[in-house]
Amino acid sequence: MSVQVNAKQAEALGGDVQKQAVQGADIFIQSLQNEGVEMIFGYPGGAVLPIYDALYKNPIPHILARHEQGAIHAAEGYARVSGKTGVVIATSGPGATNLVTGIADAMMDSLPLVVFTGQVASAVIGTDAFQEADIVGITQPITKHNYQVKDVNDLPRIIHEAFHIASTGRPGPVLVDIPKNVSNEVFTMAEVKQTEVNLPGYQPTTTPNFLQIQKVAQAIQKAEKPLVLAGAGVLHAKASEELTAFIEQTGIPVTNTLLGLGTIHGEHEQFLGMAGMHGTYAANMAICECDLLINFGARFDDRLTGNLEHFAPNAQVIHIDIDPAEIGKNVPTDIPIVADAKEALQALLKLGIKSDGIEKWTNHLNSMKEEYPLHYKKEEEGILPQEAIELLHKHTGGDAIVTTDVGQHQMWAAQYYKFNHPDHWVTSGGLGTMGFGFPAAIGAQLAKPKETVIAIIGDGGFQMTLQELSLLQESQIPVKVVILNNQCLGMVRQWQQTFYQERYSQSLMPSQPDFVKLAEAYDLEGYKVTSLDEADEIFEKAMNSNKPVLIDCRVKQIENVYPMVAPGKGLHEMLGVK
Amino acid sequence: MMKRVITTTVINQSGVLNRVTGLLMKRQFNIESITVGHTEQPGISKMTFVVHVEDQRKLEQLLKQLQKQIDVLKVNDISDKAIVTRELALIKVLSPPAVRSEITSIIEPFRATVIDMSKNVITVQVTGDPEKVEAFIDLVRPYGIKEMTRTGATAFVRENQKTPSQQLSIL
Repeated sequence: MSVQVNAKQAEALGGDVQKQAVQGADIFIQSLQNEGVEMIFGYPGGAVLPIYDALYKNPIPHILARHEQGAIHAAEGYARVSGKTGVVIATSGPGATNLVTGIADAMMDSLPLVVFTGQVASAVIGTDAFQEADIVGITQPITKHNYQVKDVNDLPRIIHEAFHIASTGRPGPVLVDIPKNVSNEVFTMAEVKQTEVNLPGYQPTTTPNFLQIQKVAQAIQKAEKPLVLAGAGVLHAKASEELTAFIEQTGIPVTNTLLGLGTIHGEHEQFLGMAGMHGTYAANMAICECDLLINFGARFDDRLTGNLEHFAPNAQVIHIDIDPAEIGKNVPTDIPIVADAKEALQALLKLGIKSDGIEKWTNHLNSMKEEYPLHYKKEEEGILPQEAIELLHKHTGGDAIVTTDVGQHQMWAAQYYKFNHPDHWVTSGGLGTMGFGFPAAIGAQLAKPKETVIAIIGDGGFQMTLQELSLLQESQIPVKVVILNNQCLGMVRQWQQTFYQERYSQSLMPSQPDFVKLAEAYDLEGYKVTSLDEADEIFEKAMNSNKPVLIDCRVKQIENVYPMVAPGKGLHEMLGVK
Repeated sequence: MMKRVITTTVINQSGVLNRVTGLLMKRQFNIESITVGHTEQPGISKMTFVVHVEDQRKLEQLLKQLQKQIDVLKVNDISDKAIVTRELALIKVLSPPAVRSEITSIIEPFRATVIDMSKNVITVQVTGDPEKVEAFIDLVRPYGIKEMTRTGATAFVRENQKTPSQQLSIL
């Protein structure tokens, strides 16, 4: 550790010399450097002035978002594609509360974040001081853990623990609230010691129980209709190679959750497509018919399972998850395994299991795949949103990093963009946050400067965080913003059409800014495309450009995402299959 | 609905009670009572909850969610074990001189004590397992309870267990 402080000396000399002494804020920066933090996403304010001053003297690259929500979504995008912990700083009160959506989003989708908030000085906490908010109380149910630093000498330990908790086990957001006087206080310990983490109440299990692994092997050998379901846990464990090896070795067909897309190549012959509310017919029927369901790192979310009574009714269920609390939460489990997905897959691979006699099953699934593919009805004029996604796939060859918000565009992107690689899909799955995709794309691009990053977003969601266009302008971050513009809140409108007799209550947005002019206002390239030919040309140009580009892609307004499992229905009751 | 007695050992950090009760609220568990206090180890506290859960699955979920908290060291469902449970209640009973001796005769078999007395009211302290406290309250209620406060149950596992208790499949 490099910060050496002679605190006694500083104290003895007093006055001006004491100002030279190392303060909480310096220790803060030093601790971040010790954790290997590459960049910070943040926004300054009163309670974090000492921290920003220390940052000025001892810089770590800082991304100045234009709203705290933009900062934290960018950090989420960064964390999702890089696998590293995203770091966010905001001030007290409104700065901190503006982070709440992002913290909840990261909690739901298990993204490692360490969020630092300023707080009013300890002496006035609890007095409703200017810009005071009880952010520790507010974020208690939406963080993996949170802290308020009460003594500057605890700061290095707390920061180290925060990074450890955020990035290990099931990842998640950790918030550290730092009162202003703590960042100003003189650090009195002789040096910053990076001690071993001592958290007796936090010991995640990563190694699978071998007896349970053997049970899995036996179950696979007995099964006639086995199915693998792979979720985001496989991505967090960086285990897509192992997953691919496992399904190729065993021959078992595989489906994905929304967040698990990319664990397996989108065009792999054993891949049935995404399952769930807008999953493929083959994937959903495979879940209904299978006699063995092996879940790697998915949490059986309701958007995947549909009505639980009808979920995998014939299956023996194996659930491998690093979070014991997820096992048995929604779906009763026959063989529970608490483990890291990578370690579990490695243990299974060592056993060299083959699934014999399942040709009838795989042939049956393949014929469903062929007979009931994802489909839409082409039209003579205009652009269908599905066509736009297919065009983007064509021009990027399936190699791009794609981010989305929530809604129709998200589902179409999930259905039609076939990912070649893991960690290329950044979407708000659990919380379903509008305004997530665009800032997340900025974070993803900063993490992977050489990759093509496309933010596929709707016109509604883009208008929630479009102020971050400033970041593209400022640093020429070459994100490609593709607005699938249907001038409405597509999914809300679809549900109103389907379940509320076309009463389009507050879901149509005919009045909106000229997005091309908006791009120009930020000194960015902007295009509007209204036909397939135009889209083809502009997409090609944009994807080959090393500059940021915004494309207002006008798509058909009344177009629905199919197939669909209506809420409360089982996966076998799909609408719009053919 | 099953009534369960759950004990947790926690690190005594500020906010830990809030964290645990917040979790129970978020996951829609009903707490009947909760007690917290220091243990023999410095910095470690123990909480005892009495909760009502629908079924075994909900119970397992509750234990796992509690275990997941960073400040929670140990979680035990001790309902099926041989345990000692104690609760203390303070009750102000209306007791005009005419019925006073009648009330004292109820107090005696419960080994409750009178800790304060005024012209028409006596304050009684009763300790024991919650059922005993309940029974005592039922008996004095007809005389008129002016005010009552209860601590909620705290519990210990007995040193000698007669039967092995059921293990949950948490792994």
